[in-house]
Amino acid sequence: MKHARVVLNGQTVDAIEQDGQLQLTDGRRVGFDEVQWLPPLQPVTRPRTVLALGLNYADHAKELAFKEPPKEPLAFVKGEAGLIGHQQHTLRPNGVSFMHYECELAVVIGRTARRVRKDDALDFVGSYSIANDYAIRDYLENWYRPNLRVKNRDTCTPLGPWRVDAADLHALYGDRLELALTTNVNGQLTQSGNTRDMIFDVPTLIEYFSSFMTLNPGDLILTGTPDGVVDCQPGDVIVTAIEGIGELTNTISHA
Amino acid sequence: MHNPDIPIHGTVYGVLLNSQAEWHSAEHAMHDAPYKAPPAAPVLYIKTANTWSAHAASIAIPAPAAEVEIGATLGAVMGAPNASGAPHVRGFVLLNDVSLPHSVAQQGFYRPPVKYKNCDGFLGIGAHLVAASDVPHPQALHIEVRINGELRQTVALADMRRQLPQLLADVGEFMTLQAGDVLMLGLDVCADTAQRPRVKAGDVVDIHVPELPALGTLRNSFTQEAV
Repeated sequence: MKHARVVLNGQTVDAIEQDGQLQLTDGRRVGFDEVQWLPPLQPVTRPRTVLALGLNYADHAKELAFKEPPKEPLAFVKGEAGLIGHQQHTLRPNGVSFMHYECELAVVIGRTARRVRKDDALDFVGSYSIANDYAIRDYLENWYRPNLRVKNRDTCTPLGPWRVDAADLHALYGDRLELALTTNVNGQLTQSGNTRDMIFDVPTLIEYFSSFMTLNPGDLILTGTPDGVVDCQPGDVIVTAIEGIGELTNTISHA
Repeated sequence: MHNPDIPIHGTVYGVLLNSQAEWHSAEHAMHDAPYKAPPAAPVLYIKTANTWSAHAASIAIPAPAAEVEIGATLGAVMGAPNASGAPHVRGFVLLNDVSLPHSVAQQGFYRPPVKYKNCDGFLGIGAHLVAASDVPHPQALHIEVRINGELRQTVALADMRRQLPQLLADVGEFMTLQAGDVLMLGLDVCADTAQRPRVKAGDVVDIHVPELPALGTLRNSFTQEAV
């Protein structure tokens, strides 16, 4: 099942995808364009942990001039406040020269994970989504890199449109999830990869993080992006897509 | 799982190298690889919710580490931004930002400190939020750190490179702190060791601000993690 969280007439409602429409929990059916999309996440009582990966695809690591792939995951943490929904606008700061999208498979934790072994890790995934983890490279500094000024900006992490139940996706694609991942800028294909090329796959990441930190239901792991990132200018329409999950649309605006 | 003993509910942000002494202890390496230049923007990190420990809770030191660093500080708890988006501090709370030791010399400040700072239980949180209106001059406060009852460190908030208004302005340039979010004012190193205080299993840490007793004392004991 594909879940969404949307605003209709000022009310926040949960919905599922049904026959190309949104079926709201109150029974109404509406078209995709009639709502404002939020990140497809259930509220949590404590701040959501949003973990993200850098350099998790061999080709992207090479593109960024790293001589050898990392020996352990390059992880960083983001605040939930930077998340926005499908069909929203992301702000490009004035005067920057290189702002790029990053199409990423997003893992939503389904149940509390602590010291989970890789072989059991998929039992702890509740659902999957698509994240576009924008970076503004002008602001990179070599202190806790990638630093939050690059990676934790308002509006710079679109997520959605759907949260797809993990059981459904694995039933269709198997445990390995070899999913095609693409980004189009103004209708032109700029990024093309496959989730099979992750250096640290989803089970490995869950084993790694849960070895020292408890992952709670609703926590997110953004699993990194393959090569093919390009600069995005105001007015550009960015569509990040992952096979079996959907297409996440975002428009760049002037700050 | 709302814990009534924890008076915060938002994302907790910390800032590295904000005290003069910590900056000076790292300065010799700032132009070398991998850093290549001193940081220009505040060097931030996030203490995720799994790190939260209430006052009086014990904090486990994960194997194989034998020691952890104590990071006594004050957290500014944010209210809703005002109409123009300007940040508004609602109050202050005592915090103990615990870390596995990592240093500038061993390139420990190069990559985000997730494995050093986001271990379960690694943020002690004082039980009392004091309204900002009762703290007109946070920069005048001193934070005392006692280990097993003995005064080990006094952090003078006047020694922070970015005082709170500047820190809020520089952070607000790229992200909006939400109501309930917490911004730590900075950690310090001890004058004698140029490191943060360290503790081992069995130690008890008390953090207290003598000028502001309403904050209470934040006490956490340390244990060795059961493997």
